[in-house]
Amino acid sequence: MLDRTADNVARATPEPLARRIRGISDKGLAWLFISPTILLLLAINIFPLFWAIYLSFTNYRANRPNEAVKNLGLANYRRILGDQDIWIAMQTTAHFVFWTILLQTVIGFTLAWLIDRKFRGHAFWTTIILVPMMLSPAVVGNFWRFLYEPQIGLFAYVVAFFTGIAPTHVQMLSNVELAPWAIIIVDTWMWTPYVMLICLAGLRSIPEYIYEAAEVDRASNWRQFWSITLPMALPFIMLAVLFRGIENFKMFDMVNLLTGGGPGSTTEVASITLKRQAFESWRTGYSSAFAIILFVAVFGLANIYVKALNKVKQR
Amino acid sequence: MSLTTAHSVVAPSANSKRIAGAIVVGYALISIVPLLWIFATSFKTPPDSIAYPPKIVFQPSLEGYCNLFTTRTRQTPEYINALGPATGLCDATVRKRNMVIAGPSNFLPRFVNSLIIAFGSTFCAVFLGTLSAYGFSRFKVPLADDLLFFILSTRFMPPIAVAIPIYLMYRELGLSDTALGMILLYTAVNVSLAVWLLKGFIDEIPREYEEAAMIDGYTRLQAFWRTVLPQATTGIAATAIFCLIFAWNEYAFAALLTSGTAQTAPPFIPTIIGEGGQDWPAVAAGTTIFLVPILVFTILLRKQLLRGITFGAVRK
Repeated sequence: MLDRTADNVARATPEPLARRIRGISDKGLAWLFISPTILLLLAINIFPLFWAIYLSFTNYRANRPNEAVKNLGLANYRRILGDQDIWIAMQTTAHFVFWTILLQTVIGFTLAWLIDRKFRGHAFWTTIILVPMMLSPAVVGNFWRFLYEPQIGLFAYVVAFFTGIAPTHVQMLSNVELAPWAIIIVDTWMWTPYVMLICLAGLRSIPEYIYEAAEVDRASNWRQFWSITLPMALPFIMLAVLFRGIENFKMFDMVNLLTGGGPGSTTEVASITLKRQAFESWRTGYSSAFAIILFVAVFGLANIYVKALNKVKQR
Repeated sequence: MSLTTAHSVVAPSANSKRIAGAIVVGYALISIVPLLWIFATSFKTPPDSIAYPPKIVFQPSLEGYCNLFTTRTRQTPEYINALGPATGLCDATVRKRNMVIAGPSNFLPRFVNSLIIAFGSTFCAVFLGTLSAYGFSRFKVPLADDLLFFILSTRFMPPIAVAIPIYLMYRELGLSDTALGMILLYTAVNVSLAVWLLKGFIDEIPREYEEAAMIDGYTRLQAFWRTVLPQATTGIAATAIFCLIFAWNEYAFAALLTSGTAQTAPPFIPTIIGEGGQDWPAVAAGTTIFLVPILVFTILLRKQLLRGITFGAVRK
């Protein structure tokens, strides 16, 4: 509302005022202000992106810069789409993204819903809950390796204490079955607060009079939750899912330090595969093609999701 | 019903509040345990840190911090006895393990790198971001929405995918493993966040202030400097802290593009090893020192947090 008034005022005052402004024109100033950012992004983001696109059609290897570069056409792309390992990495990533988002959304929303009761001290405890998400995933991931250590690690000890399994057998990071869950647990621990915070904003945006009306109509609490709380908080939940989805699709640091993709390749999410191909096998052309595919995938999925999000918002 | 409670028929009952409070406090306590464990471990001796069952009560020691800042060599007891009296607390501590301090470790230079790169890139990102945000907020920029989306879309790229061509480009330009290279890269990543957040903050400042200033004879530039900037200080400060936290915490680029002189703390901390494996008290000490500034910032940022993590999409 206020914004619109300001707009109208701005539109209503132009000519006589504009003539009084000395120096650079508004248009010149606008470009002067915006162009440094655009130039920087062109140099550091867009130019390298085009370089990567070029490399993705070649057999270039960064560790042999003097070797002749051969143009392979679409061969890299074709090989990636037929590569068993790449599909396994994509499945690993999908498993990771699905479970982390599910757990974070359920726990995060529940916490937000409870915090919204505004019990005494809720602001303080909310701040405490928020701490993990502000920390460095790498440094924290590294430390969780210690907590997961069989026998001496705190996590192993607690699990052993409650289940009676020998603590030397709680091998979260070296067991093929457990390692994918080990990274899901750390990611959930870290990012549930993120979903919670956005959900909390969603719940607080629901005006109280709607509940009052529902109360007058004698709608049960259960009914109020399903017909008011959840639908009205939905755009916020979806926003949180969108941000977490993109972030976890790109996940690298925490997983790299916790398991490095292992044992074997059981926790090798897409970014880890990319790193192994690009910086360990030095297949620069091949990995550039994979990078482009990943980028297009994130970009495409995010676009579809944003459209869905807007539809929900309009309802 | 008394008047004081009559304002709301939908306020949660005292009982439901109590149950909700108990669950939330329970979650908070459990989720904070790993951090308390890091803190506690940093004050343990190496044998205490790997004791079974894990020690909750222990004799505090500064050995982890001593090990973090020094490199040590093992010597015979005779050699150590022949030395003069210990010159400090750390010296005395390591001598008990038949070691002598050989020199400072790389932790301090890596920590300083983190400071230089984080603050340098934050300054650049906020400077560029403020200008662009003002441009997008106040002027009719052609294709403004497309440009804003372009700025944001640079965030969709997986860091490793960006790192491949950056690695090659920096090798050509001689920017590999330099603080300047890292500052440029982090500025580029952070500027998208800065533009989006600051545009939101500047949109909220009424245009009337500048119009009034310009009627008083200020140029547009002076009006920006004298009226908009002072009003945007909270927003600029919050944005700066978000950029700072990102640059401080960043690992993927740092691990791939720096190896020595410009290496920051996150790729360095996991490489701290003692005799026979990772020196957990030293790692914990490094982690604690590294995390404390972030804890302070989180508390300062409480009110702006939501806005920052959603790129300004959600404002309270």
